[in-house]
Amino acid sequence: MDNRQKEIDNLKDYKYGFSTEIENIQAPKGLNEDVIKFISNIKKEPEWMLNFRLKAFERFKVLKEPDWQKPKFPKIDYQDLYYYSAPKSMKDKPKSLDELDPKLLETYKKLGIPLQEQARLNGIAVDAVFDSVSVATTFKDELTKQGIIFCPISEAIQNHPELVKKYLGSVIPTSDHFFATLNSAVFTDGSFVYIPEGVRCPMELSTYFRINASNTGQFERTLIIADKGSYVSYLEGCTAPMRDENQLHAANVELIALDDAEIKYSTVQNWYPGDKDGKGGIYNFVTKRGLCKGKNSKISWTQVETGSAITWKYPSCILKGDNSVGEFYSIAITNNHQKADTGTKMIHLGKNTKSKIISKGISAGNSDMTYRGLVDISSKAKSSTNYTQCDSLLMGNKCGAHTVPYIKNKNSDSNIAHEATTSKISEEQLHYCQQRGLNAEQAVGLIVNGFCKEVLQQLPMEFAVEAQKLVGISLEGSVG
Amino acid sequence: MKEQLQKDFNNTIKDLNLSQRDIEIKRFCLDSFINKGFPNRKEEDWKFSDLNQIIKKNIGELSFYSDYTSTNKVDTSVFVDGLEHNKIVFVNGRIEKIDFDYEKKNQIEIIDQSETISKFDNNNSLSDLNNAFTNKSFKILVKNGYKLVKPLIIYHTTNSKIWSKNINFRLDFELDKDSSLRVIDIFNDTSEKNFLNIFYNFELRENAVLKNYKIDKFENRNIKYSFNNIEQHKNSVSETFILSSGSNFFKNEINCNLKGEYASAFVNGIFSLKNDKHHEIRTIINHLTENTKSYQLIKSVLEKNSKAVYQGKIFVDSEAQKTNGYQLSKAILLNEESEFNAKPELEIYADDVKCSHGSASGSLNEDSIFYLMSRGLSYQQSRELLINGFLLDVVEKITDSEIKNLIKNLIGIKE
Repeated sequence: MDNRQKEIDNLKDYKYGFSTEIENIQAPKGLNEDVIKFISNIKKEPEWMLNFRLKAFERFKVLKEPDWQKPKFPKIDYQDLYYYSAPKSMKDKPKSLDELDPKLLETYKKLGIPLQEQARLNGIAVDAVFDSVSVATTFKDELTKQGIIFCPISEAIQNHPELVKKYLGSVIPTSDHFFATLNSAVFTDGSFVYIPEGVRCPMELSTYFRINASNTGQFERTLIIADKGSYVSYLEGCTAPMRDENQLHAANVELIALDDAEIKYSTVQNWYPGDKDGKGGIYNFVTKRGLCKGKNSKISWTQVETGSAITWKYPSCILKGDNSVGEFYSIAITNNHQKADTGTKMIHLGKNTKSKIISKGISAGNSDMTYRGLVDISSKAKSSTNYTQCDSLLMGNKCGAHTVPYIKNKNSDSNIAHEATTSKISEEQLHYCQQRGLNAEQAVGLIVNGFCKEVLQQLPMEFAVEAQKLVGISLEGSVG
Repeated sequence: MKEQLQKDFNNTIKDLNLSQRDIEIKRFCLDSFINKGFPNRKEEDWKFSDLNQIIKKNIGELSFYSDYTSTNKVDTSVFVDGLEHNKIVFVNGRIEKIDFDYEKKNQIEIIDQSETISKFDNNNSLSDLNNAFTNKSFKILVKNGYKLVKPLIIYHTTNSKIWSKNINFRLDFELDKDSSLRVIDIFNDTSEKNFLNIFYNFELRENAVLKNYKIDKFENRNIKYSFNNIEQHKNSVSETFILSSGSNFFKNEINCNLKGEYASAFVNGIFSLKNDKHHEIRTIINHLTENTKSYQLIKSVLEKNSKAVYQGKIFVDSEAQKTNGYQLSKAILLNEESEFNAKPELEIYADDVKCSHGSASGSLNEDSIFYLMSRGLSYQQSRELLINGFLLDVVEKITDSEIKNLIKNLIGIKE
């Protein structure tokens, strides 16, 4: 009891549940052309960008909210949201970290990312997003030396319009599905990464997203371009303060890998999942798509999804270049009333393309977990292979675990293998661990970590440690 | 199509002797079908096989009325030799013969249900079509403890008298406690461009055993849909085998409700397709109570522009602890234009279960061919040997040896 119990109690109340009081500039409530112009104006965007947004909005008007997904949610009133909010002190951009609002800095400290320290000690360049505007970007100099561009996308629109113009919307067009189109119309900020030809990015690039103001849907836009022969590993980690109202998050992430380039994209998502009765929590409706445009390119997605009331996302790879490789490693943990409908799409277009999908789903409490995936090998994708494995672990009989794979093979030279299993933690395993002195909760943590090992191994070191802890925290209270 | 449907419906009703209430039920189903039309790819279950398009492309305009007042000649040459069996013979959709010569008469009851409508409901517009247009429907009741001595073969024969027609079949089977029945559906078609819409309902009481074989072997240009609903009570066993090969398009749906403890369901299937054929098997196994099990194995060999689809779903209710559910589909694509689509689905709400599915598709293993050729076989022989071996795996799952041999002969597998 005692200390450990206290610790658990602390954790049960969402670890990162606090919000900082900073005055916000908000766009008027609702969604219309004026709001889009307002966002575009406040960001001092060129005309082509405004047109991009307006074109998306035109399309958005005729689209309907999809309803085929497993987790149902109450109807969202898109006119009742704020589409832009920025910390006020951002109006005149600070020149260095010292100029930042001390309250802002404190928020990051609570989150475990003191900017200066982290930058110095970890060698990680952090582009922290506080609500919708990037606050500070560290390690810029070192990256600039190599010719790497790592900046908020709004800056990239100003400074590198030729790159943004060429690639923005090339993987997720403005005419895509409902949420992606919404994002194209109203996205506020996000990260932009460009790795020049032949450069291996010397550090892990990382962004902490943070949703702060209540009632603000966050619409991030991330664009990563890896030029010929380059390599980049990008980390995305998320925490959000505790709020009662459901918050919508519809981000778009576009990755483009040219000849021989490799992009590794890792996510640890720990947004507020709602309380024990399923009240509140974030809606995470994110569109992530990577295009292996060049020959021999590779895109690898790794995700650990433990938060959000509803997670609904399918990080996908379009394998267009010959010999390109797509990978997807995923752990999704749902507890209490959380719902997740996640998976991937592997679209094989080029010759000799390979893809691998490893998905581990764990559901406990009253939650529901669905793996939904597509493997599509077109008739031109000769000698392609795919391997898919999706395993689910169930804890208790009030939760559900579902697997819905779509497999299309139009090519006799290609091989597809798919496996899925569903089971529970066996009594023998639990007994064995407990016999050796672990309590039930620790034993479950250990077994689940073992179950997820294949995916956890794919994460960069710093993340792997955090993720392992998270796996344990997420399942607390689900045994016994 | 709407006017055609209305007109044909009125003609169909005229031939039948129905009560006002039954006509209303039928009309309700007709309206529902007119409303929904043939299933298309927008419906999740028909995502890979757009029936609406397939009918348009292969048949064009359908007519729905068949004159069943005059009898058709039964062509006895289609009957299976060398296996004594009971018969039900359909010719162009009309039941010409029901005989259970080998069985005790008082143990089997054949109930004419034509005059009492029992609606078939599976949320699919084809069931509405079937409800509206079936004209004769029988229920076969196997009484308590009776095990049929010989298998029942249902011949579905069509000849060139019919053209661009929709034909609807409906049969119900009830197997009382401790009874057993073997059913074989054999399709013989010399007609072209018709759409056959077949609904069977099986009710298996305690300890009942059903062996259900569907053989679509002979080359024809018809389009077929078959839906089998199997309700299973305690300790009952159902075994279904599907050979999907001859028709232009064939979709077989098997829906099993495992309602009683220790009930088990087995579904095995073979796709052996050539020449632009497009076949589908869709299975739904609902595990609704504890200690039930299901096994499924589907294998496909696809040549020349053919397309096979397998959609299998295992549903486990939160009550259904200790469920075992297995599902495996394997496909060999023999040339570039062939296509295999699969959607093996698990939907599980109970934790103490063992469920798995696997799906693999690819080409014939070159190493194996090389091995066989290095031992003196020709390329063609090696290929055949490998394909036979691949398919034999499924045929061997058939538990009835008489029928296993019959099917082996039909496919041309030699041991």
